[in-house]
Amino acid sequence: MNNLQSLSYYWPEIILTVTVLVAILVDLFYSDKNSGKTALWVLGGLILTQIAIYVQDSEMTRTLFMGNLAFDPFASFFKTLTILSTVLVIIISQKTNELDGHRTGEYYSLMAIMVFGMFLMASAIDLIMIYLAIEIVSIVSFILAGYLKGDLRSNEAALKYVIYGAFSSGIMLFGMSIVFGLAGSTKYFVIQEAMWNLQGSAHFAFTLASIFILAGFGYKISAVPFHFWTPDVYEGAPTPITAYLSVAPKAVGFAVIIRFFNTVFGDGGAFIDPSISTFTNIPWPQILAVLSVITMTLGNLVALQQNSIKRMLAYSSIAHAGYMLMALPTLSSQGAYAIMLYLFMYIFMNLGAFFVVIYVKSQGGGESFDDFRGLGWKMPIVGIVMTVFMLSLTGIPPTAGFIGKFYIFASVIKVGPQLYWLAIVGAINSVISLYYYFRVVKVMFLEGEPSETIVVPSASVLAILFTFAIPTILFGIYWVPIANWVSQSLKLFIKVM
Amino acid sequence: METNILSWIIWIPLLGMAAIAFVPRGKTKAIKIITAVATGVQFLATLGLLSQFDLSTGGFQFMERATWIPSFNITYILGVDGLSLPMVILTGLLFFLSTFVSWNINRAVKGYFSLFLLLDIGIMGVFLSLDFFLFYVFWEVMLLPMFFLIGMWGGPQREYAAIKFFLYTLVGSVLMLIAILALYFTCGRTFDMLLLMETAPTALNGVMWWGMSAIKVIWVLLFIGFAIKVPVFPFHTWLPLAHVEAPTAISVILAGILLKLGIYGMLRINYSMLPGAVWWFAGALAVLGLINVIWGAMCALAQKDLKKLVAYSSVNHMGYILIGMSAVIAAGAANGNNVLAAQAGLGGAVFLMFNHGTISAMLFILVGVIYERAHHRDIEGFGGLATRMPIYSGIVALAFFAGLGLPGFSGFISEAMCFIGAFPVFKGIVIASTIGILLNATYFLWAFQRIFLGTLNEKYKDLPEINRMELFTVIPLAVITLFLGIYPKPFLDLISSTMNVIIDTVANVSSFAGVF
Repeated sequence: MNNLQSLSYYWPEIILTVTVLVAILVDLFYSDKNSGKTALWVLGGLILTQIAIYVQDSEMTRTLFMGNLAFDPFASFFKTLTILSTVLVIIISQKTNELDGHRTGEYYSLMAIMVFGMFLMASAIDLIMIYLAIEIVSIVSFILAGYLKGDLRSNEAALKYVIYGAFSSGIMLFGMSIVFGLAGSTKYFVIQEAMWNLQGSAHFAFTLASIFILAGFGYKISAVPFHFWTPDVYEGAPTPITAYLSVAPKAVGFAVIIRFFNTVFGDGGAFIDPSISTFTNIPWPQILAVLSVITMTLGNLVALQQNSIKRMLAYSSIAHAGYMLMALPTLSSQGAYAIMLYLFMYIFMNLGAFFVVIYVKSQGGGESFDDFRGLGWKMPIVGIVMTVFMLSLTGIPPTAGFIGKFYIFASVIKVGPQLYWLAIVGAINSVISLYYYFRVVKVMFLEGEPSETIVVPSASVLAILFTFAIPTILFGIYWVPIANWVSQSLKLFIKVM
Repeated sequence: METNILSWIIWIPLLGMAAIAFVPRGKTKAIKIITAVATGVQFLATLGLLSQFDLSTGGFQFMERATWIPSFNITYILGVDGLSLPMVILTGLLFFLSTFVSWNINRAVKGYFSLFLLLDIGIMGVFLSLDFFLFYVFWEVMLLPMFFLIGMWGGPQREYAAIKFFLYTLVGSVLMLIAILALYFTCGRTFDMLLLMETAPTALNGVMWWGMSAIKVIWVLLFIGFAIKVPVFPFHTWLPLAHVEAPTAISVILAGILLKLGIYGMLRINYSMLPGAVWWFAGALAVLGLINVIWGAMCALAQKDLKKLVAYSSVNHMGYILIGMSAVIAAGAANGNNVLAAQAGLGGAVFLMFNHGTISAMLFILVGVIYERAHHRDIEGFGGLATRMPIYSGIVALAFFAGLGLPGFSGFISEAMCFIGAFPVFKGIVIASTIGILLNATYFLWAFQRIFLGTLNEKYKDLPEINRMELFTVIPLAVITLFLGIYPKPFLDLISSTMNVIIDTVANVSSFAGVF
C-alpha cells in the first residue's frame, strides 16, 4: 500500500501526534508549571487514540507505507497494552512527590512521544524502521530517566542509560547491516525468503548478525547480558518512570522479538511450522533457552541481596523478562500467546508494586526494606494490597501472576520432554523469587508491633490501589475474556507467497 | 440427587471471612463467635455428608461440575469418596475445635481469624477438588495463611520458621505443577482427575523421556511435592521448627490435617494415576517409612522441648503410614494376590491418617495448656505435676498412651494393620520398624515421668487445673480415639470400598508391569 492510502489506517498515530503537539502548546499557557494539567490533555489524547485503535481493529491484516509497517491484530494488542500502561503511569505520577519543583508539562508530552515510538516498535516489519522506533523510545527514555535535574542519581541514571543505549544500538545496527548484505533488503519478508537460499558459510554470518541484532532487542527487555543499565536506571529515575520503563518498553520489546523471530526465522508469522531451526541450522531454541535461564537466574540471585525495594523490583523485572523468554524457544503460537498474556498480567502487578513504593515515599517513608518495617500494622490496607502484588509477582494462585506463569510453563512443557529442564529451572527460580518478595511481606507484617494509629489512605489513593489490586486477583480467578482477547490478537501479517 | 453441599462446605468459611470484614477491630468476641459459627456449620455439613454417604460404592459421590476456563479445559469438579470423606470430617472437626483453642488470641484478632478461615477453605478445597488445576490452586491457597499464622502469631523464631515452611512447600508445589502440566499434555489435555485416572496408565505406558520411563519421572516429581508436605525424611526439617513456633491451634491444624495432605495426594494421585510406578517405588516407600519411624523416634527421644517431642512423634507416625501404603503391592500377582494384606496395609494407613489427626491434635492442645500456664515447655523444668493437676495429668496420660499405640486406643489398631499388611512383602523392614514402637513408648513414658511424676516442683505449686474450655476441646478427640480403638468397624466400613478400588487399580496394572 502506498503512503497516501496508508494514512487512512494510521489514525491512532495521527491522533497521537496531534496530542503531543497540543500538549506542548497548552503547556505554554499554564502559569503554574507544576499543576499537571497537561496530563489531562495527554490522557484525553491517549483515550482518543485507543478509541481509534478499537474502531479500526479488524481481522484483516495488511502492510502500510510501502511495506514498512504491519497493520494486524498483533500490533493492535501491543498498542493497547502501551496505552493502558501509559494511562496508569500518568495516573500514578500524580501521587509522587519526586517531581515537585520540576516542570511536569514536558514530562507528559515526552511520554506521549514515547508511546508513538512504541507504536512503531509494535508494528515495524523493516530493519530500518525497527531501528528508528527503538531510538525514538530510547532517547525519550534517557530524558525521562534524567528528569530530576538536581538529583545526582537521576543524572547518573540518564548518563548510564545513554552509554549503554548507544553501545547496544550500535551493535544492533552492525548486525542489521550484515543482514542487509546477505539478504539484499531490510524488509522482513525478503530476508526470510533469502534465508532459504543461503549457502553453507553464510549461515555463520547470519547467526552472528542475528545475535548482534538480539543485543539491541535484549537491551530493551533487559535480558542478561544486556541488562547492566537496568538497576542503576531504575534506581535513579523518578519512580513512576521506573515503573513505566519496567512495563511498556519491555512489552513492545517482546513484540519486536516475537515478530522478528517468527517472521524472519519462522514461517513468516503463520505459526504453522514451529521447527524453524530445521532449514537454517541455527540452534535458536537452544540460544534463547540459555538466554532465558541466565536472565532469570541472575535477576533472581542479585535481587536477593538488595536493600532497596526499588532496586529489588528492578532486578525482579529482569527475572520476569527471563520467565517470558522461556516461552520464546518454543517458537510456537502457544509461546507467543503465553508471553502476551503474561505481559498483560504483569502490567497490573508490577505497576501496583511500584505505586505502593511511590505512596510510601510520599508519606515520608523511603524505598529501603527498613522503611517498610511494620507498614502492615500502620497502614493495613496498603500492606495487604502490597502482599497481593508480591504474591502475584511470585506466581502463587489465585493471582494474575500465577496465570501468566502457568501459561508460560504450559507452552514450554507442550513442546515435549526436551524442554522439561527449562520448565524445572523456571520453577526453581520462582521459588528463589519467593524469598525476596516475601521479605517485603515479612518486614511489613512480621516485624514491628501493632500500632495505635492506623493510617487510611485518601480516597483517590485507595481507588488507584484497587485499580491495580482488583485485576491482579480477578484475572487470577477468571481470565476467559483476556484469554480470548489474546488469542484473537495472535494474528500477524503474513505475506502471501 | 442434585446438591451443592460440597461447594457449601468449601465456601462457608468465605462467608465467615466476609462477615468478619465488617466487624470493627475492637469487637474481638464477635469475631471469635463468627468463626465458631462458620466452622461449626461446616462441621455439621460434613456430618451431613457422612449420613448420606453410600458405603457400598468406592466411586465419587456428591459430584459437582461447572465450566470454568473452557479454552484450557479447566473445570470446577468436586466429589468425595471413602478416602477423602474421613479427612473432610476430620478437617471440619479440628477447625471447629481449634477456634476454641485460639480463644485466647488477642493480638490482631481480625487478621488471625480471617486467615484461619482462609486456611480452612484451602484445606477443604484440596480434599474435595477433582480437577487437577483446582486442586493445585487450593494447595497453594493454604500456604499464605499458614505463612502469616506462623509468622505473626508464633514464637520467638517465628519469622525464620514461617519463611522456611513457605520455601520448602513451594519447591514441592512447583515440581507438582510441572508434573500436572506434563500429565495434561501427554494424557489427552485434561485436568479432570477422573479422566486422568483412566487415561494416564495407558497413555504413559512405555513412553520414555531421556531414557527413563515417563511414569517414573512424573511419579518422582509428584512424590517430592507430597513428600515435603508429609514430611518424608530427608524433607522433614521444616516441620519441628514450624511446629514449635506456631501457635497451638495452628500446630493442631498442621499436625492434624496438613501433614495428611501429602499422604492424601500420594494415594489420590500417585497411586490412582500412576499405578505402574507403585510397583517400582513400593520398596523405596517402605524404606523411607522405616527411616521416618526410627529417625523420628530417635529425635523425639533427644528433645528437651515437649512440643518438639510431639512434632517428631508426627514424623515417626508418618513412617508407619508409609509402610502401610507400601503394602498395597501384596495384592499383585507377583506377590500371590494377597488382597487381604493389601487391604490391611492400605486401610491401616488411611485409618492411621485419621487417628494421628485426632491423637496429635490432642497432644498439641495439651502441650498448649501447660505452656499457657508455665510459659515454657522444657520437659526437665517440671516435675510432680500429677499431684497439682490430676485431671490434666490423666488426660495427658491417655493421650500419651494413645500416641504410643497402646491396645484399646485407635492408634494401636491402625499401626498393627500397617504392619500386618506390609509383613508378607517387606518382612525385614517391618521387623526393623518394630524397634520404633519400643522407642515410641520410651519417649512418651519418659517424658510423662519427668513432667508429672516425682516430687512437685515448688515453682508450680499454684498452677491452675485445666479449665472447661480446654476440656471441651480435648474430650471429643479422646472419645473418638477410645471409641475407634474399641470398635473400629464403622470407620473401616467407610473406607473399604474406596480402598478396594485403589488396590484393584494397582493390582491390575501388574499384568502389564513388564515395561519396567
